[in-house]
Amino acid sequence: MRESSSPLAGLRRRVARIAASGGPPGARADGWLASGHAGFDAALGGGLAVGRVHEMFADSLDAASAAAFAALLALRGGGTAPLLWLRTADAARQGGHLYAPGIAELGGDPDRLLLVETGDAKALLAAANDALRCPGSTAVVVESRGRLPALDLTAGRRLALGARDAGTVLLLLRLGAEPVPSVAETRWRIAAAPSRELEANAPGAPAFDLELLRWRAGPAGARWRLEWNRDDQAFRDAALSGAVLPLAPRRALESRGAEAA
Amino acid sequence: MALADARAQVLGLRVVPHDPALDRDWLDRLAQGCARYTPLVALDPPDGLILDIAGAAHLFGGEAALAADVEARLERTGMTVRSALGPTADAARALARYPAPPAPDEAAAIRRLPVAALELDAEATRALARAGLRTIGDLASRPMASLAARFGAEAAEALRRLLGDAPSPLAPRLTPPPVAAERRFAEPVASTPHAMGVLAELAGEAIETLAGRGKGGRDFRATFFRSDGLARTIAIETGAPTRDAALVMRLFAERIDALRDPIDPGFGFDMMRLAVPRIEALGASQLRLEGGATRAPAMDELADRLATRLGRGRVRRYRPADTHIPEQAQLELPAIDAPPPQAWPAPAPGEPPLRPFWLFDPPQPIEVIAEVPDGPPHRFRWRRATHAIRRYEGPERIAAEWWRRRDNRGLTRDYYRVEDDRGRRYWLFRHGLYDEKPDPRWYIHGLFA
Repeated sequence: MRESSSPLAGLRRRVARIAASGGPPGARADGWLASGHAGFDAALGGGLAVGRVHEMFADSLDAASAAAFAALLALRGGGTAPLLWLRTADAARQGGHLYAPGIAELGGDPDRLLLVETGDAKALLAAANDALRCPGSTAVVVESRGRLPALDLTAGRRLALGARDAGTVLLLLRLGAEPVPSVAETRWRIAAAPSRELEANAPGAPAFDLELLRWRAGPAGARWRLEWNRDDQAFRDAALSGAVLPLAPRRALESRGAEAA
Repeated sequence: MALADARAQVLGLRVVPHDPALDRDWLDRLAQGCARYTPLVALDPPDGLILDIAGAAHLFGGEAALAADVEARLERTGMTVRSALGPTADAARALARYPAPPAPDEAAAIRRLPVAALELDAEATRALARAGLRTIGDLASRPMASLAARFGAEAAEALRRLLGDAPSPLAPRLTPPPVAAERRFAEPVASTPHAMGVLAELAGEAIETLAGRGKGGRDFRATFFRSDGLARTIAIETGAPTRDAALVMRLFAERIDALRDPIDPGFGFDMMRLAVPRIEALGASQLRLEGGATRAPAMDELADRLATRLGRGRVRRYRPADTHIPEQAQLELPAIDAPPPQAWPAPAPGEPPLRPFWLFDPPQPIEVIAEVPDGPPHRFRWRRATHAIRRYEGPERIAAEWWRRRDNRGLTRDYYRVEDDRGRRYWLFRHGLYDEKPDPRWYIHGLFA
């Protein structure tokens, strides 16, 4: 068939245009927020993709764990790029103030933290849109509690486009909320996990239970239990204390990870 | 006159309650508009403005022409204006407020003012009139000492100020900025994009002046003067001194973009001014050897942009404070004027985090069951749920800052790091030792990662 036949040429042009504009959702991103845990990063093809929206769900009692996981992913490994943390003014009353000495204790640099407080959920999303469009941040974390009806599909799409255009990462912390359909690249459920016991029965380094609920670019359902190692600035496998991890989805992912690595 | 009398005399009289704050606001807006004549504009509440036009009158074709221009422009806003020129602020104010018979010059006019122009209390004014002293000239011809003896030092001082023998300083609404650039237009400019173009030129001029002095601007104010006498000021701030015209213009664009009420050109702007009220030393920046400028501090620029868009108090940074009371160990400051970063206390290697990620301030009360009164908590109840404690570490004893208290006391806190059976980690404390207080309360102070 000749190349110049009009429908085919039209389609080719369209494909070229889409490819030039950054590709369809799920195209390769140009960077990752890596965790430092080889298995986790390999399974996700490098970590949480930059230029995308990632949703993290947590029970309200596990809120601090989910928030710390987001902060650690963004602040890990030095650098000077700021981490933007957006929350509403009543979040401090409900969940507590972000505590900079605690971030320093986790090995993060509190000087990189920029807190943005807004009046209500609508202003929060507007500020998130503005913050996303400012390149130069390591990540934008939007902390919300409850259902957040202002974040409908249109608002989510706008956030995703903003993140893609500016090459920033948006971590949506949905505390005390249930997952609903959205345009997020990955969707996680995060909970606190029992820590490795230190001497005299003292609680050890922070541990997290992670469940990948959805991933646009691959299979979901994998679970990890990771522990944060401050001295190495990386996550590592937590001690398996009693809880058994389902192995099937992990194995399926590992073969994928090996091929990506 | 009572309101009922007034209503009886004028049919359909409209009555509005007096709002002094709104009046003051309007006066301030008029003063802002008058900044086109001179940067030294002072408010004379409730209904006066004093302009220091020294060195500015020739720009408007002389004092009389300037006064006529002021009157015409203010009358366009619906005000009734009475103006007067005087050698001192007090003299001009008295001449405008108190009708005096025409006089050949200012000095003579002041002498012909009624004694009420001294604005003494009613009793003193009446006493002056009873003594046969009707004008300022009458008073000025008497010896000052006898005047002070009879009517008080205040009267003598007021007279000397009016005659120009004592200084009558002016407290301008805004102090003149160290660097400013302005442009007047022959024809009013009605399009905002054009005005922004002019603003960019003004920014270039101001920055050239700044560069000549080795300074950078922290605060930029653009004032758009409308031809009908009102003005609108748009201000931006930066966290560090800057001489980057592109950055300044970007911030102005952000600010104007985020305005709830857009700039209304009305019948057009006939003057624009860019003032830099706050300048700080800024050395020449060095380019990198391999070409290109050194990396701009991304953090500062991002903070400036967000603060410009969302409001200066909304974007904050953390700074350490030197205290061991946990809730006072951090300061949350507006990012724009946060002091330079200081080192945070470094954690000891190999230790788990000893401070929580989230902190409750104030701490939230909980109910705790401990095996022995002085011992670690066994289980606790918080937000209507019971948590069984599996691991704990503590107590970490933090004493009150008794040296700052008048009674040199304060309760000691015993902090425990605990983990419940689901792996959640909390920071609890008992407020008070058992020998300090009979039944100390327990609180939750933070959540660990």
